[in-house]
Amino acid sequence: MSDNSNLFDIDVPSQWCPGCPNFTILETLKKSFTALGLKPQDICLVSGIGQAAKLPHYIKCNFFNGLHGRALPVATGVAAANPMLKTVVTTGDGDCYGEGGNHFLHAMRRNPDITLIVHNNEIYALTKGQASPTTRSGEVRALNPQGTTAPPFNPLAAAIISGCTFVARGFTGDSAQLAELFQAALTHEGLSLVDVVQPCITWKPHPLQWYKDRAKRLPDDHDPQDRASALAMAMEMEETFYTGLYYRADPSPAFAGSCHEQRAYLPMAEQQGLSLEKTRALLQ
Amino acid sequence: MGEWSIAAAGTAGQGVQTIGEVITVAARKQGYAVFSWKEYESRIRGGQNSYRIRVSEDPKNAPVERMDIVLALNMEAAEKYGFLVKRDGLLLAPESSNKNALAMDFQALANESAGKKIFANAAAAGALAAAMGMNPQGVKSELAARFTEKGAESVAGNESAFQAGYDHAMALCKERRTPSIPDRDQRPEALTNVHEAIAIGAAYAGCRAIFAYPMTPSTNIIGQMAARWEDLGVFWEQVEDEIAAINMAIGASYAGARAMTATSGGGFSLMAEGISLAGMTETPLVIVLAQRPGPATGLPTRTAQGDLQFALNAGHGEFPKIVLAPSDPKEAFHLTVKAFNMADKYQAPVIILTDQHLSDAHFTQDIHPEESEPEYHLARDCENPPYRRYAITREGISPRMYPGQSEHLVCADSDEHDESGHITEDLFNTAPAMAEKRLRKIKAMEREIPEAFTHVPSKSEIILMGWGSSGNALFEAAEQLTQEGRRTGVIHFTHLWPFPELPPLQGEKLFSVENCAFPQLARLVRQETGLSFTGSVLRYDGLPLTGTYIRDLILESL
Repeated sequence: MSDNSNLFDIDVPSQWCPGCPNFTILETLKKSFTALGLKPQDICLVSGIGQAAKLPHYIKCNFFNGLHGRALPVATGVAAANPMLKTVVTTGDGDCYGEGGNHFLHAMRRNPDITLIVHNNEIYALTKGQASPTTRSGEVRALNPQGTTAPPFNPLAAAIISGCTFVARGFTGDSAQLAELFQAALTHEGLSLVDVVQPCITWKPHPLQWYKDRAKRLPDDHDPQDRASALAMAMEMEETFYTGLYYRADPSPAFAGSCHEQRAYLPMAEQQGLSLEKTRALLQ
Repeated sequence: MGEWSIAAAGTAGQGVQTIGEVITVAARKQGYAVFSWKEYESRIRGGQNSYRIRVSEDPKNAPVERMDIVLALNMEAAEKYGFLVKRDGLLLAPESSNKNALAMDFQALANESAGKKIFANAAAAGALAAAMGMNPQGVKSELAARFTEKGAESVAGNESAFQAGYDHAMALCKERRTPSIPDRDQRPEALTNVHEAIAIGAAYAGCRAIFAYPMTPSTNIIGQMAARWEDLGVFWEQVEDEIAAINMAIGASYAGARAMTATSGGGFSLMAEGISLAGMTETPLVIVLAQRPGPATGLPTRTAQGDLQFALNAGHGEFPKIVLAPSDPKEAFHLTVKAFNMADKYQAPVIILTDQHLSDAHFTQDIHPEESEPEYHLARDCENPPYRRYAITREGISPRMYPGQSEHLVCADSDEHDESGHITEDLFNTAPAMAEKRLRKIKAMEREIPEAFTHVPSKSEIILMGWGSSGNALFEAAEQLTQEGRRTGVIHFTHLWPFPELPPLQGEKLFSVENCAFPQLARLVRQETGLSFTGSVLRYDGLPLTGTYIRDLILESL
């Protein structure tokens, strides 16, 4: 496996804290690309701002590292313009669920063919320890010395009710399952959400054991085609992080699908504009 | 015949639009040039709105202040718009209110002739056609064409009401000097609109995608793309907000597609961050900013040029951008092609400034698409591997490839980056070199900016300086002033940034003419040239500048 992973290795020094579970997500993603037989040129990573958003710099592939919260719209534009690319967003809980919240909701409805990987550590790490949208109420953060009062955003439940057809949660402590989820998400031909529970080892909102106690794989009898039970499991986030594939449905129609089909999946960069004759006729 | 100006006014839903459009098409078929524009309230039903039509033998593509005929479909409209009637003009209204007014109960005429009050606007159209001295058959057949879909009963009702209105007005107008618009054996140039020209120009220029959020007066651009998908072939998406719109356009453009967005002031505010992103990532992008009066929600359906300085300065940080401003559909078409070409070539955002007036006005003007040609600048291959998206070059322009094009990887970053697109913190070499590389592009851009359009006859006393939509109004004002013995020239900007060269001036009195409350153009010109102004003609009531308006204020201030 390590030989194949080299295809995606790049000599760029990391800005992450040593030992960060981000490295697990990075390596698992590289392995998943390899397992699917993808090459660097097939992939376009899109990110916003935050620690998770730096990930594209550490994989050899195409990438667009844009603005805070705006990864999904940029990726949607990429997916519209070139359906042959495997478009992947790497983002964090603040980037995706906070600053980019409106885009998150509407991406679920719009359903572009994008794999959305959210590094969810329940904290703003790059700006030094503030609460994030997924911080549990009552927890102390840099700007909430008395504890946060707002309840946490529930991304999985929001995704399921908003029309997302692939909703999963992974845990950096279970890289084998994470690889399975990434590969399934990458082959899903619509928007796929993988929310990854990722302990922050620097700001330590919780000790590592806290996560290990709470992360459990979804029960074997969970049926990911059952939307109501997927939603029920997603609502049970208080004491347990169920990991695995919550919900999966037929992704068609995907965003811009009929346009892509009509143009035989030709990238927009290779398409012709309106001819002079037709332009002249339309201007009469 | 000289020219005739008409306003049809009434409450929204009363048929003002139908009357305006039918008269426009019929007058064109009779061989005349028509310029039409609209002013309306921000509501779907109710309020009082007007549709203005200027009919002439040769195209006169500018709005005017006063009307030869005002058709008021109700008395509120008569009160609101009655003052527009010229001294020897005519007001057609349900009741008579002054010596210029002819009372015609359109509803009663409709009821008597067609059995239903609903045909009142057809009766009014008939009255208007009579008062204008038009060929009634032409107007009648346009009316019929519009109602064919609604069935024979509707067509017959409209025709009877039209005839009743026409006959009634003919009898009443006998004693008056009224216009005469006889058939003439001419084919006028095409009826065109600025936003339509932008949409078609974009498709011709190779635009493959538009992402936008509905906002008056910009919505008809994406509207054209949606309604004419089969013809234009431009992928369109109505998105959740303007932030998403600009970021999707940037994503598509990074991926190699020519892409655009369109909005008005409030949406443009939300896009400012994205404009900066396009600047930093060197992603081509065309943005149409269709202005309306602000601040905030302002007057949502009215016109203004108040976002000039905002457009010039939009986006944090320092990066090159291009700002263009057409005054008519022909310029809009060619500047749109130029916008896509320059965005692609210089890998930078290009802003096209229009406004509500241009969004709704129709011009008589042919557009010759062959005068512009789409030029594509994507690199077909990497000449010096390894490929570096931000390779430093003499002119600052790096070869741009698109992701998935080949084994060469395309890495773009909003952080300061090195040549390969990766984040840098190298303050000593890389960061300043990258800032310089981006700004070097301005030098090359400047070579494609023509000198400002200048028509200043020798011994001119006055120069009117304006930009964008007021172009034809400036020329009409200069003509009026010159005829009145104050020789006047015009300098008109369609390219605003990089700032164009100006010809040497000879000490004429310089006035900026702007559709806003603060002399923003004057500030720009002063900043770039050191020229000082005698004064400014500013209009900020939400209505477009006209030749008479400009002329009156110039004479007042001399």
